[in-house]
Amino acid sequence: MPDDILRMQGLDAHYQDFQALYGVDMHVDTGEVLAIIGANGAGKTTLMRSITGLIANGPGQILYRGVDIGGMRADQVARLGLAMVPEGRQLFPSLSVEENLVIGGQMGRRGPWSLEKVFALFPILKDRRAVPSTSLSGGQQQMVAIGRALMSNPDIILFDEISLGLAPIVIKDIYDALPGIIGEGMSAVIVEQDITKALSVSSRVYCLQEGRVSLEGASATISREEISRAYFGIQ
Amino acid sequence: MEWLNAIVQGALLGGLYALFAAGLSLIFGVMRLVNIAHGDLIVLAAYLGLTVTAATGLHPLLALVVVVPAMGAIGYALQRGLLNQTLGDDLLPPLLVTFGLSVIIQNGLLEVYSADPQKLDAGALETASLSVGGLSLGILPVLTFAVAVAVIWALQWTFYHTSLGRAFRAVSDNQDIAQLMGLNRRHVFGLAMALALVVTGIAGILLGIRTSFDPSIGGGRLIFAFEAVIIGGLGNLWGTLAGGVILGVAQTVGAKIDPGWQLLAGHLAFLFILAVRPNGLFPRIAA
Repeated sequence: MPDDILRMQGLDAHYQDFQALYGVDMHVDTGEVLAIIGANGAGKTTLMRSITGLIANGPGQILYRGVDIGGMRADQVARLGLAMVPEGRQLFPSLSVEENLVIGGQMGRRGPWSLEKVFALFPILKDRRAVPSTSLSGGQQQMVAIGRALMSNPDIILFDEISLGLAPIVIKDIYDALPGIIGEGMSAVIVEQDITKALSVSSRVYCLQEGRVSLEGASATISREEISRAYFGIQ
Repeated sequence: MEWLNAIVQGALLGGLYALFAAGLSLIFGVMRLVNIAHGDLIVLAAYLGLTVTAATGLHPLLALVVVVPAMGAIGYALQRGLLNQTLGDDLLPPLLVTFGLSVIIQNGLLEVYSADPQKLDAGALETASLSVGGLSLGILPVLTFAVAVAVIWALQWTFYHTSLGRAFRAVSDNQDIAQLMGLNRRHVFGLAMALALVVTGIAGILLGIRTSFDPSIGGGRLIFAFEAVIIGGLGNLWGTLAGGVILGVAQTVGAKIDPGWQLLAGHLAFLFILAVRPNGLFPRIAA
């Protein structure tokens, strides 16, 4: 069993007609929380779509527990224990809050998470379980999106821009809840534009710039100056 | 009384139209696919019923036991083998491919069964009737209507109370995110087409018992199905039943005024409703 749960090796990926990622090398250690930061258009979302299998990649470019998942379909990758909280929540509007959660758990993977545990984590959702997911506030929708990903009892969970479009007070609540979520032996990747938030919950950080890794380091010791340089490409 | 009779007969006929339309509505709802070959698939089911009854001597309604699973299997294979390849952001490829499929099915049926009109022989059931308050209702139309209500109730229940229905709705909402839930959309689409053709199998057998059929009538059934779906409002199965009933009543009342007006009256009712309520009578409320 390798120490890293996820490894990207020379990952090239395309977004529509142009290349969005150029030879990206990254790894996520088992049990760690990794942050990926970068400006708009740096390739963060393309990276997430590649890992989850929504974009097909070349052989050997993405390894999950040493298994090549670069060419797998998204549903096959999900069944291996990789879940994502997508950018902009993307709940199913035709499904109720409870159905959105249940559909996340339908693969039947064993683990600590169940409907009851998600309701215990976010009690407000229990009261609103029967309403359409679209009638919730943005913060509540984000709770459903997180709960939906947890319901599959993943080994690794990707958070794509979870603070985007939410009020600061709500973002604080969501980030306060994160340690309790990731503490269950899960690995996590957090993609964020809010650098302070990303650094505060992660152990290591990568910065992407124009489709390439421009910086790698420990979240606790990395300097603001280094980040600015890697983020904007200013020398 | 004659007018009341025409309205009641039309409403019962509407049950058959709703059965034509339910499968069309279901696949449009799940995968935004407009199946031009839908009418020909109804006719195909009627011919399958003919072959089964001729080979085994079974009553046409018992032939459903063979025809319904066969149509389901055809639906799954058709979706996985052909139609999935046409789905994407562009609506044109599935239209063209199902149009081609329609031509192929018609000519295939012509080749195998010839152009002679055929009929499924249901024996005494075809002429049996019951008398209700001075009206004489055929058992077969009443049975057809009851089957339509049962089928639409069952589809509705499947959609809102089973994991299969949840998968249909999720894939319809957002294909990418549904894949992240471990759903293979190609498989889900295959199951949706299988279910649609199961309904089509039932519709085809009931059509074949009610009237004579030949390989060329699929297009007309497709039009009735479309009109029922549009009148009722896209994505609403009970609306589709109402649409079928309105179409059926318009046709029989039209025929009562002048026998030549039957089809025209149905189309006029459709155009009228389209002009007054472009989204149909009961559109699914947008989320």
